[in-house]
Parts: sequence; structure tokens; C-alpha cells
Amino acid sequence: MPADTVSVTGWGRTAPTVARLIRPRTYEEAVAAVRGCGVRGGIPRGLGRAYGDAAQNAGGAVFDMTGLDRIHAIDVDGGTVSCDAGVSLHRLMRVLLPLGWFVPVTPGTRQVTVGGAIGADIHGKNHHVSGSFSRHVLSLELLTADGEIRTVRRDTPLFDATTGGMGLTGVILTATVQLQPVQTSLMSVDTERARDLDDLMARLAATDDHYRYSVAWVDLLARGAATGRAVLTRGDHAPLDALREGTRARRDPLAFRPSRLPPAPAHLPEGLLNRRTVACFNELWYRRAPRARTGELQKLSTFFHPLDGVPHWNRIYGRGGFVQYQFVVGHGQEETLRRIVRRISEHRCPSFLAVLKRFGDADPGWLSFPLPGWTLALDIPAALPGLGALLDTLDEDVAAAGGRVYLAKDSRLRPESLAAMYPRLDAFRSLRAELDPRGVFVSDLARRLAL
Amino acid sequence: MKDAFGLPQSLLVLGGTSEIALATARRMIARRTRTVWLAGRPSPALEQSAAELRALGADVRTVAFDALDPESHEPALGKVFAEGDIDMVLLAFGILGDQAHDEREPLSAVRVAQTNYTGAVSATLVSASALQNQGHGSLVVLSSVAGERARRANFIYGSSKAGLDAFTQGLGDALHGTGVHVMVVRPGFVRSKMTAGLAEAPLATTPEAVATAIEVGLRRRSETVWVPGALRLVMSALRHAPRALFRRLPI
Ligand SMILES: Cc1cc2nc3c(=O)[nH]c(=O)nc-3n(C[C@H](O)[C@H](O)[C@H](O)COP(=O)(O)OP(=O)(O)OC[C@H]3O[C@@H](n4cnc5c(N)ncnc54)[C@H](O)[C@@H]3O)c2cc1C
Ligand SMILES: NC(=O)c1ccc[n+]([C@@H]2O[C@H](COP(=O)([O-])OP(=O)(O)OC[C@H]3O[C@@H](n4cnc5c(N)ncnc54)[C@H](OP(=O)(O)O)[C@@H]3O)[C@@H](O)[C@H]2O)c1
Repeated sequence: MPADTVSVTGWGRTAPTVARLIRPRTYEEAVAAVRGCGVRGGIPRGLGRAYGDAAQNAGGAVFDMTGLDRIHAIDVDGGTVSCDAGVSLHRLMRVLLPLGWFVPVTPGTRQVTVGGAIGADIHGKNHHVSGSFSRHVLSLELLTADGEIRTVRRDTPLFDATTGGMGLTGVILTATVQLQPVQTSLMSVDTERARDLDDLMARLAATDDHYRYSVAWVDLLARGAATGRAVLTRGDHAPLDALREGTRARRDPLAFRPSRLPPAPAHLPEGLLNRRTVACFNELWYRRAPRARTGELQKLSTFFHPLDGVPHWNRIYGRGGFVQYQFVVGHGQEETLRRIVRRISEHRCPSFLAVLKRFGDADPGWLSFPLPGWTLALDIPAALPGLGALLDTLDEDVAAAGGRVYLAKDSRLRPESLAAMYPRLDAFRSLRAELDPRGVFVSDLARRLAL
Repeated sequence: MKDAFGLPQSLLVLGGTSEIALATARRMIARRTRTVWLAGRPSPALEQSAAELRALGADVRTVAFDALDPESHEPALGKVFAEGDIDMVLLAFGILGDQAHDEREPLSAVRVAQTNYTGAVSATLVSASALQNQGHGSLVVLSSVAGERARRANFIYGSSKAGLDAFTQGLGDALHGTGVHVMVVRPGFVRSKMTAGLAEAPLATTPEAVATAIEVGLRRRSETVWVPGALRLVMSALRHAPRALFRRLPI
């Protein structure tokens, strides 16, 4: 199997390390790659959309799973799909929408693999209704450190260690996933503005239950009383009768037509993003949003994946790359959330719209991120002076409130902070010690956080 | 592993009692570093340095290392890397010598050259290959503005640093694409025991300022860092000054 020695980073383009990239095309090749990966081990990688160092492995092997991308079976009546872990959600949408089915959970980009979705136990705008991705995984096949392939069923320790396990229990080869029925490929969306953070939280708490999908885009650069002003967009899949008779949409209601713009150029001047330009963008964006609008029909891609329209948008942060900080704190910890928002805002982080969402019930994955409460995510240029220290203090606040930071987004957490955030960490470590005594599966994230 | 800001969790200092290195270690410990190796000639001062860093909460160990004994570098440093990944190696050993004396005593001039240049060549090559096997890490080398252009007043030291600087730049290019980041640090006059009792040069700075510059350099993955930053321009002017003029400058 060919292996290239390449420099690897996550989506945030920080902390590059070098590894042998191996792209198995068959399960046999995957087994051979795991068996022969050498002393510095290996880690599976999907489409590299984790922001930090989860899918890199300095000096060792990285298994690029996108070469295993077959869809094996679709149950059109029962709404399930069995496929290789390297299949992207984009591809699933293309194939499944015309059949009247949608993925059960989609993140803010379609460019993730099924393996990455399970490995990070991803959540979407429907978390408060549908939970995280693993809730819809009926079973999976896992290639473990001994080179064996095991079928892993729900409600077993290995399942719960693997969902959210960041690739550290083994390589997911295939999965069977329960789908969401839809009548059209359009979304019916309600938009409203919130004038500040408290107004926003009140609106989300009061009426989130009316919507399957809900998210708010928050302006953390707005000063003073306007801090945390936001635009809420909430909605559901549009039913067929929401489409007007005689329109193109009505004639072909399940057509999937994502919008696409040219990619961001490879080399952009440094300092393009600064407080002024970003504040200006946020201002325009807030003003542009309607005060209140209901039942607007939007494309799936506009509603779920606005950033996918600009391939390689991560380049706009320049050479230094960027960090995404996403944390969750439980219901009742609103004061912590307010304090953190205030701190970020006081630090004047040139951050494009942050995303605030209310999570519903947690799923059992031992290192799964969501817990019932409030989650906030924001992108910040890594070059911002003082950012590291700021985020360290936020970690302490989050941990003290019983919350946690999302590993799929992380590139800078300290190992000391981790144990408090993930109480099942010890169980995870012992399972790994038993299943993988030689430490075959290891990543830069695992080394940094001693997972 | 280094984090998104280039901050190391583990640090190996070559020249474990260097004031600049200790200021850097203190700063790294305050931010991220948990494991520190101080490599140096065994002495109470070395143990004292380790104790000071331990008091800041780091796990600190010392290892015997003599720049003048290159044969020992491979086994001594090999032992350190065998214990776990090293995210940053800081090459900080060096001696200033005594120019007037060393001009009269060729053997002591050679000692300066052997410590600062050949000793460093061997120690960096050993470290670089270990870092390359890891696929990550920063190699930070304390060069000096003195190496930028040899001066009448300290050309023995200056030439050794010029050699080290050129060597490190070349090594950085050789390691490009291996995941190993090589950074040359060129401080001006730093107030430390190396310069104790000497007349201060303009733009004199502190070990703490060098530590700060190193932290910023790590974050930016810089290849060259001047401390203070203004020296870059000053030295660029001096480099181009005609010999006849340069010779007579009071520097
Ligand atoms: C624009 C954008 C928006 C996003 N929005 C969201 C969001 O709304 N919600 C959310 O939860 N996440 C979100 N993410 C994060 C993203 O969904 C996750 O990081 C996801 O894991 C990426 O999948 P990937 O295929 O790119 O995996 P990678 O980034 O390549 O890998 C991620 C992790 O999964 C593991 N993994 C990958 N493949 C396998 C496999 N076959 N077997 C075992 N483990 C495997 C890797 O080892 C690694 O630990 C977003 C990311 C971006 C860039
Ligand atoms: N101070 C300045 O103005 C200045 C300016 C530019 C560059 N620099 C460079 O920065 C580095 C650190 O300087 P500093 O100011 O921190 O000076 P310092 O405190 O005097 O440190 C020098 C270090 O070198 C070590 N050393 C000397 N010979 C050695 C040998 N044979 N083997 C192992 N270690 C040896 C010393 O260890 P012992 O305890 O065993 O002696 C000491 O740890 C040096 O390379 C220096 O050239 C300094």
C-alpha cells in the first residue's frame, strides 16, 4: 500500500505534524495497515474537519479512510443505510434525498465522513430533539488493535467507548444508520432577532420545543448592552404542501442543489481579519436579518451548511490558523454562560458570529460531548495575543460549572482540565488499556491530553 | 504535544543553568510545560535550577551533558528521548570567553569554538534526528547578534556563533517538511551571568524578554527571532557598513 509522508493539520491549520498517510481501499488493506503501523501507532482520519489535532499522529501512521466509500445497502421502507465509514454526509444526502430520506444529524458542514461523525459523536441543530449522531447508529464494524474486525452493537461498553472515542478504540469500517424521513429537500425557516444575550436565552428556552432544528448566531463584538445580540433561525423540513403548485421546486421536491461559490484563494494577506472588519461584518449581518419572518423556504445547504458554499474558507485566517472554542454548560448555569460571553466580548476577540444552541438529553458515549444545557462555539484567529491564557481561564469556569469543551474542536486544552470535564475518562482509559495494550491507536490529541 | 499556540508540554534544555533558558522554562511552565529535562555539567547549580523549576509545579529531571564531549551526546540525549516525546529542545549552552586572553592563548580560543560551535553541531544533530522520528517538535537555538558580523572586540565568540547560526539555518532548511520546526534566536546584550561585569551595550535586554520573544516565535512558527526586535534593523545596517567604517565603530 502506498504511504506518503505528509504534514497534517486539522481544519484550524494549527500545530502541523508529519505522519505516513495510508489510504486503504479494501478492508484487508485496512487490517494490514493497522497490523503494520509501527511503534508510533496509527489513527483513522476522515475528511479532516475536526479543528484541532484529533486526526493527526506525529511520526506514526494516519489512515485516510476516504478510500473506503461504498454504500452497501439502503432500506427504502425502513429508512436505514449501511455504508463504509469513509462515505461523506454530502454523498449520503445526494443519494438519499431523492429517496425521501435525510441524515439523522448533520453538523455545520456536509464534508464529514460517517466515521468522523461517530468518532466525534457529532451533534446538529436538532440535538434538543434527536440527540447526537450515535443515537441513530444501529451497529458498526470496528477494526481493533489486534487486527480483528468486530461487530459492535448498541448498549455495549465498546459501542459507548467508540461513539465519541475520537478514533482511539479502533477504525470504524462500516456503520448502519437510521435515517430521517423528509417530503422535500427544502427547509421551512423562521427567523427572529434577539436584542441581547438574555433576550436570546429567553426565546430559546421558551420556544425551542416547537422546532426540530434551532440555532442562534450571536454577535460577540457588539458592545455594551448589545453584547450577545443574535439572529435565531429555526425550522423543519418543509412538507410537500408548503411548496407552491406549478413551481420547479414542487415538480422536483427532493432535488438536492447545494449552492457553491469559488474557493477562497490559497494566499491571503495577513491581518485581513481584525476587530474592525469582523465587527463590520457582524453589524451588516445583524441588520440584514429580518426582525421576524416565518415559513421562509430555504435550501438545505443554506440552512445547514452556509460555509460549505466557500470551499477552503479556513484559509481566510492566514498562515497562523485559528482556534474554535466550543463548550457546554448545563441548564441552571446561565450565569457562567453570561460571564464567559462577557469575558470574550471584553477581550475583543475578532470572532465572526458565534453559535449558541440549547442541547437536549445526552447520549451514553463516554467521551461524547453534549450534555443538556447551553453550548457556545466561536472561531478566533490563533495569532490573537493573550488568547491562550484567556481560553485557559474559560476552561476553569466551564469545568467548575460541570461543563466541558468539545474534543473535536479542541487544539489547546490542558490534560489537567480534562478529567473534570469528562467523568467517564477513567473507564475509557481502562477499556483502551485492555483492548489495545500496545497503544496501537494514538493521535496527537491523545498524546496532548493523555487520553 | 505542542498546542495550537506552539506551546510545549515537554522541554529539554541543553545548558541547564543558563539564565536565559531558565527564564524561558519558567515562562513555559506557567503556560503549558509539565516535563522539563535540564541537561548540563553536574553541579550544585544544576540541581538548584531543577529545584526552582520543580517548585513551580513541573516534573524536572537533570541529565549529565558536556558540550565538550560530543561522544557522550548520543547516549545522554538518547536516554531523554527514550522516556517520551520532547516538544521543544532549547540549545542554551555557550561561553563568551575572554577575547584579549584568548587571542594570546589559542587553546582557550579553541575551547570557545568547541563549546559554542562543534559541541552545538553534535548536540543539535542528535536532537534533530530524535525530533524527526517523533514527527514534531521545535528546536530553538540561542545564537547571538555577535554572529551577524564579527567585531574586533569579540570575534572569537562571534565567529563561533556565526558558525552555529549558519549551521542552524541550514539544518532548518534540511528539516523543512519533517514536522520539526527550527528557530534561530539572536539576542543582543542580555543581562545574565555571562555578561556580568561587562559594560552594557545599547538595547540591552533581559532573559525574561528573550523568553517572551521565544514564546511569540513558537506561536508564529518563526524561523528567526531578534531580541529586542529592533536589532534586526540595526544589524542589517551594520552588516552593510563598509569595513573601514565598521572597524572604527565603538561597538
Ligand atoms: C464548518 C464546520 C462545522 C462543523 N459543525 C459541527 C457541528 O455543528 N456539530 C458537530 O458536532 N461538529 C461540527 N464540526 C466538527 C466535525 O463535525 C467533526 O470534527 C467531525 O468529526 C469531522 O469528521 P471528519 O470525517 O472530517 O473526521 P476527521 O476530522 O478526519 O476526524 C475526526 C475524529 O474522528 C475520528 N475518525 C474519523 N474517521 C474514523 C473512522 N473511520 N473510525 C474511527 N474514528 C474515525 C478521527 O480519528 C478523529 O478523532 C464542524 C466542522 C466544521 C469544519
Ligand atoms: N547573555 C547574553 O548577552 C547573550 C547574548 C546573546 C546570546 N547569548 C547566548 O545565549 C545562551 C545562554 O546564555 P546566558 O546568558 O543564559 O548565559 P549563562 O547563564 O552563562 O548560561 C550559559 C550556559 O552554558 C553552559 N555551558 C557552558 N559550557 C558548557 C559545556 N561545556 N557543557 C555544557 N554546558 C555548558 C553553562 O553551564 P555551567 O553551569 O555548567 O557553566 C550555562 O548553563 C548562550 O549560548 C549565549 O551564548 C547570550
